[in-house]
Amino acid sequence: MVKENKKTLGKIKGFTIQFLPYSEIRNLDSDERIKKILNIILGNSIILLQGKLSAEEESRLIGDTMAMIGHVNNFKGIELAVISNSEESFFGKVRFGLVKALSGGDLGAITIIGPASIVKEIKRNPKKIELMLNK
Amino acid sequence: MFKVKEDIKLGFYGPPNAGKTSLANRICKDWTGEEIGSVSKIPHETRNVQFKEKVEIEYKGKKMTLKMIDTPGISTRIDYEDFLKFNMDKKEAKKRAKEATQGVIESIKWLDDMDMVVVVLDSTENPYNQVNITIIGNLVARKIPVLIVANKIDMKKADIKKIESAFPEYEVVGISARYGKNLEEFYESIFRLSKEL
Repeated sequence: MVKENKKTLGKIKGFTIQFLPYSEIRNLDSDERIKKILNIILGNSIILLQGKLSAEEESRLIGDTMAMIGHVNNFKGIELAVISNSEESFFGKVRFGLVKALSGGDLGAITIIGPASIVKEIKRNPKKIELMLNK
Repeated sequence: MFKVKEDIKLGFYGPPNAGKTSLANRICKDWTGEEIGSVSKIPHETRNVQFKEKVEIEYKGKKMTLKMIDTPGISTRIDYEDFLKFNMDKKEAKKRAKEATQGVIESIKWLDDMDMVVVVLDSTENPYNQVNITIIGNLVARKIPVLIVANKIDMKKADIKKIESAFPEYEVVGISARYGKNLEEFYESIFRLSKEL
């Protein structure tokens, strides 16, 4: 039975899912937030962050991620998705919840960030979100 | 108090392989006879920001001079192994990956310098991608007018309505940069967008 399980798991190496309450990053500046997130990602963890980063922090996260590819062994980037509790579409939220979308926070949202070596793809549509893992 | 707006910096942003350079080429070719950059089926063909200055476009008697800025596609992951399936050797693939990461960083830096931005999306792909909302969120934060272009409408899988429902607050123009389809509507939208400047 144990053997069966191992076979099913294929080549997936150990990883953890870490829940990060917004209170953990609330008092950090943008640099510290991004550093904290990337440190967790480099530890092969998928982060479920309560709330969301601001649009500028997201783009800085992408920029810092790119700067690390090629400099950190086996690091291929990240997968990133934000689930909002708004009944509007994800993108409608940008305008309807403009203040929240721009300043970050929005505690009703959940941000999923995972290392690309583990998370192959995050498939999403307005009604569901699927995390596809690498084997 | 009539103000003539010249050399409007028009940026082309979006994910890789959406057709940013194809559209920029189409516009440049139409109005200057020259292209801005090369296109390819291999992702991350554009790895440096490319410019074409003094592109004067005209629509229904109105004129506008643009500085066209074509940017590398923004993505959250780049794996050199993805390039190997395009008959590239490992060394070449690694070089392309490195340049592509630098290109993404460059694209993000340039966000601050745009007057207007065309976000080019592939209408055959799922628009519910965080990179798209990150790009638009940054433009909204900087108060930069945005036009969304749904490219590749000549393809069978194209679904403009999906893009429209994903971006209900934005005007979406469906085009085919490859075949020059619906560019009149695109130019009309660009002139309308310039009124927000």
